[in-house]
Amino acid sequence: MTTDKVISVRDLTKQFGAFTAVDHITFDVLKGEIFGFLGANGAGKTTAMRMLCGLSFPTSGQATVAGFDLFRDPEKIKKRIGYMSQKFSLYEDLQIRENIRFYGGIYGLTDQQIKTKMEFLLHQLKLEDKATTLVRSLPLGWKQKLSFSVAMLHEPQIIFLDEPTGGVDPITRREFWNLIYQAAANGTTVFVTTHYMDEAEYCNRVSIMVDGRIDALGSPDELKKKFNATDMGQVFLQLARKAVRSAD
Amino acid sequence: MPPVQQKTRQQTKMKQFIYFIRKEFFHLWRDKRTLFILFGMPLMQILIFGFALTNEVKNAKIGILDNSKDEMTTEIINELEASRYFDIEENIHSNADLEKAFQSGRIKMAVVFPDRFQDELMHTNKAPIQLIGDATDPNVANTLINYASAIILDYQEHMKGFQQYPYTINSEVRMLYNPQMKGSYNFVPGVMAMVLMLVCAMMTSISIVREKEMGTMEVILVSPIVPIRVVIAKMVPYFLLSSVNIASILLLSVFVLEVPIQGNLVLLVSECLLFTVTVLALGLLISSVAGSQQVAMLISLMGLFLPTVMLSGFMFPVENMPIPLQVISNIVPAKWFYYIVKNIMIKGLGFTYVWKETLILLGMTVFFMVVSVKRFKTRLE
Repeated sequence: MTTDKVISVRDLTKQFGAFTAVDHITFDVLKGEIFGFLGANGAGKTTAMRMLCGLSFPTSGQATVAGFDLFRDPEKIKKRIGYMSQKFSLYEDLQIRENIRFYGGIYGLTDQQIKTKMEFLLHQLKLEDKATTLVRSLPLGWKQKLSFSVAMLHEPQIIFLDEPTGGVDPITRREFWNLIYQAAANGTTVFVTTHYMDEAEYCNRVSIMVDGRIDALGSPDELKKKFNATDMGQVFLQLARKAVRSAD
Repeated sequence: MPPVQQKTRQQTKMKQFIYFIRKEFFHLWRDKRTLFILFGMPLMQILIFGFALTNEVKNAKIGILDNSKDEMTTEIINELEASRYFDIEENIHSNADLEKAFQSGRIKMAVVFPDRFQDELMHTNKAPIQLIGDATDPNVANTLINYASAIILDYQEHMKGFQQYPYTINSEVRMLYNPQMKGSYNFVPGVMAMVLMLVCAMMTSISIVREKEMGTMEVILVSPIVPIRVVIAKMVPYFLLSSVNIASILLLSVFVLEVPIQGNLVLLVSECLLFTVTVLALGLLISSVAGSQQVAMLISLMGLFLPTVMLSGFMFPVENMPIPLQVISNIVPAKWFYYIVKNIMIKGLGFTYVWKETLILLGMTVFFMVVSVKRFKTRLE
């Protein structure tokens, strides 16, 4: 792991009218690390992530993503990041093959690149014989893994995952995290929001958001030491109890 | 930037666009039921309106009460019988029978000749014929009376021509542009407006809103594809679908309903395509307001479909409406389209007669496009 900063955020703020969803957050994410973004529902983690992906316009503050300014070069950022949304993001009424081809196409991959990627991906996910099945008929775990692989199709520098393992069984979650490790090992920076405290332990560093602010930031071991806790769950509870804002 | 690089960038962008359109076609193709409705509905509507819901009356049953029984009345009766509008159901012999025939519903209209009809006509140059209609269905009665008067007038003209009797001709009824008063004439432009409204506005808005609902829109917006391209790519399949529908409606009306296209075909088709774009823009506008597929559908039905049916003039004449409704009808794009198509297709008028209306449609299209694209952009921030 190098010390290059791929995401650098300074005092980033998002207000919806009088409501401050994200309140002056500041942090850096290093190249190739798995950065966990934790927080209760309504703490503002999805809003923060959406701003970094260019889906939501920050009210104030500064940020660079993949070396480009969030305000000045959003188009350049888009080519260099991948995003997997909270909702399932593939087309249910399209075949696996058609989904891969579509996303490859809108990211500007050549036909040859798409073909190579397709073979690799189907092999990796053991879906070779299912290339022409409709995504609708896949089990949820497979859909999530496929969704991740599709978001990685254009080899982004950073991948944003918004609660990627919601509603998935423990075994598939384990497999999913293997995919994440693999991506990180290949130099992709992973920015992941999650509810699961065991997943927080898998991250290189985590930040915990409470009421739109980052209340804690560090490696899981550092945080456990600091808060005198045995696992991340206790750390999280200590911080989340202070929350004034109710979960939505 | 060197020109070569610029060229390849253009190519990549074009490719992105084509991949998107291809995806849209997959969506359409997978949803066979909707596809069937989209293609089947125009055909069904044209046929239903053309054959079943027509004002045209054929082979109406009528009764004759001939108190005179002379040469002339016989000739008139023969004329009536010979026309394809009337079947003489029975010869009635008294006023009492006449009433019974109406009450039993056996006849829709009766023609009553007075005593000594021919004598009177010869000597006074005037003779009455009574036409009695069953006005429980006023439209049918009206149509029948009109037909019968036309036939009788025709006979008078004919007599005058041969024998030069100075008969007084009170009035002349002529049905301009649609001499047989064919109902289907007016329905063709109306159905066209309705179908385009449904296919373009409703389907486009639903297909954009569906992506929002499913969460795929976010993924698309994170990708480098430009939002305006997404919007246009979404319109392309429905534009093509509508072109097929326009063609099938025109073919059906010409070859099955025998409604001729009087005006310039190229002009007619261009106007249809212009309206298609207008409606696509409306669909886009709806999608920028609606948050769910249901809302999009409701807005399309209540906000577009109903005004199209009610205020475009194709079901109910706008001229007879209260002033406020007449004013409102001006903002219904279908009204202008209906006017244009009616004039080109049925009256056979040229562009000089419809350029104002075309300009209005064009203005509306530009307005909807600008507003919806602006809204679409701000929604992303």
